[in-house]
Amino acid sequence: MYAKVVLVKDTDLKREDRTREFYTRLLDCLRETNLHSQIQVVRVADIGIYDRGLVIKILPDKVTYANVQDTDIKRIVEALSEEKVVEELVFKPKAKQYRLVLRNCGKIDPENIDEYISNGGYLSLKKAVTELGQQKLIDEIKASGIRGRGGAGYPTWMKWNFAREVASDQKFVICNADEGDPGAYMDRSVLEGDPHSVIEGLAIAAFATGASKGYFYVRAEYPLAVERIEKAISQAYDYGLLGKDILGSSFSLDIEIRLGAGAFVCGEETALISSIEGKRGTPHPRPPYPSVKGLWGKPTVINNVETLANIPVIVSRGGKWFAQIGTQTSKGTKVFAVTGKVKNSGLVEIAMGASLRDIVIDICGGTLSGKPIKAVQTGGPSGGVIPERLLDTPVDYENLQKLGSIMGSGGMIVIDDEDCMVDIPKFYLGFCVEESCGKCAPCRIGGFQMLNYLKKISEGKGKPEDLGQLRRIAQAMQKASLCGLGQTASNPVLSTLKYFEEEYNEHILNKRCPAGKCSSLVTYSIISEKCKRCGLCFNNCPVKAISGDKEQGYSIAQDKCVKCGQCFEVCKFKAIDKK
Amino acid sequence: MEHKQLNPELINLVQQWKGKEGNLIMILHEIQNHHGYVPRELSLELSKMLDVPLARIYEVITFYNFFKLNPPGKHRIALCMGTACYLRGAGVILEEVKNILGIREGQTTKDGLFHLDVVRCLGCCGLAPVMMIDNKVYGKVKKSEIADILSKYIKEE
Repeated sequence: MYAKVVLVKDTDLKREDRTREFYTRLLDCLRETNLHSQIQVVRVADIGIYDRGLVIKILPDKVTYANVQDTDIKRIVEALSEEKVVEELVFKPKAKQYRLVLRNCGKIDPENIDEYISNGGYLSLKKAVTELGQQKLIDEIKASGIRGRGGAGYPTWMKWNFAREVASDQKFVICNADEGDPGAYMDRSVLEGDPHSVIEGLAIAAFATGASKGYFYVRAEYPLAVERIEKAISQAYDYGLLGKDILGSSFSLDIEIRLGAGAFVCGEETALISSIEGKRGTPHPRPPYPSVKGLWGKPTVINNVETLANIPVIVSRGGKWFAQIGTQTSKGTKVFAVTGKVKNSGLVEIAMGASLRDIVIDICGGTLSGKPIKAVQTGGPSGGVIPERLLDTPVDYENLQKLGSIMGSGGMIVIDDEDCMVDIPKFYLGFCVEESCGKCAPCRIGGFQMLNYLKKISEGKGKPEDLGQLRRIAQAMQKASLCGLGQTASNPVLSTLKYFEEEYNEHILNKRCPAGKCSSLVTYSIISEKCKRCGLCFNNCPVKAISGDKEQGYSIAQDKCVKCGQCFEVCKFKAIDKK
Repeated sequence: MEHKQLNPELINLVQQWKGKEGNLIMILHEIQNHHGYVPRELSLELSKMLDVPLARIYEVITFYNFFKLNPPGKHRIALCMGTACYLRGAGVILEEVKNILGIREGQTTKDGLFHLDVVRCLGCCGLAPVMMIDNKVYGKVKKSEIADILSKYIKEE
């Protein structure tokens, strides 16, 4: 066994990888000082830090040095032998992640309730039931300032309080785990990694509102999440944390799982209620709000997975403590699923108020290709794009809304200059049109018509007046749609029009797609200076649009070309020009 | 086609759920788990057992993407078209699968071996583009790998 492990990685991508040489030098130095039998040096493929020169991480000390030079090796080894730290080389990350919701994910065994309990689990439920009581509990949640993490950002304590104040023989609590936003998987990770924290949160919500029955509404597409919650619920029953007279009090709660069946609109509260009732998941006009009249006409509180996972922490550490984290209006942390053209895709949890740049560049390492970021899309199909120049905006509910996007459930997609700003809203709108339940006309017809305009533009058949029409329909949808899906479906279009109108104009006026994404507007041609006349494109063209021979060289007949891109892909000399 | 009947297990299940409110979707889930789709005969029987009009059952089945009315192929290919996969080239992958199998999304090959579905996000965006065959997830799929992956399933026959 080695006493320490040193991880080494050259994070400078622009230069040749120096990891290997550095590794040898470090080993040599360790050998000279006779430490090589106690310290293991490992070259790693990724160390989670980018563009900081040679980076070394020392475990279990958790010391990280960045921009290490060859001349530093000696003092690092000396420090290692004396159990000291070379202060001036220590890497200080600008933006730090803050694991609150994901506190247990990956650290405990999600299928073992004992591990959750030994990490302080279910103590908050006990505190709520035996010490605080309903009023004090809701006061704590109010003091914490937590707002719903599902998208709209409604204050959680108000939902609870409304439901509590309504007199009713039966009340319900529902955990909304119907994560339908494509490109987001925060809820899935919490359900699979720490199901008990959500159950505890739901139980506390039930106690606060006086509900005796709870439901988990989970996507059927997440079989592992369903399995883990099922297991966790039955363990909680065994320990007397669910069921009758919980923890010796008079509070009783039964929890059941209901499966979703693949309908994005069911993430909307009233549609979700219809679905649990076993009907088509179509929304209803609000008010009455579910807090007053929800499931089977009874007061119902619906909270998102991430919101509920926050509740045990708030109860155990106090609302005041929680309110210190974040910004004036948005408290606590937020988990984002960062994907798209990003180097280090994955879940990121940050305190509210961190900038988008902190997230996508400092934590996630910027784009995969090293090209500049064009924009960041937040909030999924209901959100909008934020251009690169506004990436310094601190993340909170209000700021994102001001920019024409939304916080949403936490999807964050990084877009680089190979992505077309007409194609992306077309993709999202296509999603909303498919998922529109069809109950109200603005969403059903408006979405379809907008999609037609976008298709026309991307095929080069757009007219300048189409942009005005798009804006008009978008406004009508925002104002007249029945539920959140229709009201926000136009956000991707409006935000791209706001920040990237010139790109729309390129498509309409010059019949050109600057990103080369809209296939009908792309032309392929052979750059004769680069062409080695190997004939690969000629052999691979499915429609025989390429003519010529090895002597004369080749050319593409534009009238025959179907723009499949096959020649572009097979060419080994980058001699095919795509415009 | 053979006449599908509710087996005792399912009758039991329906009895279990019968008294509960909002049971329909959960029962349909169980039927589909068992048969791979919801056969019309079973919907008819269910309608009698639960005393719910057939139209109500079909209204629900057709609303949700998850429920199927036709028998699926032996292997279900679920190709993800979530945002992350789309940006990382899922469109190209889809075209390739369609070319190789000669079917469109939502269809089953003539030999009944593959059924192709396009789905919205399998929840593993970090691996984009993602394709799932039965319960096996293929991440970071390249166009050139598709033929290899599919041939594994064909060889098994």
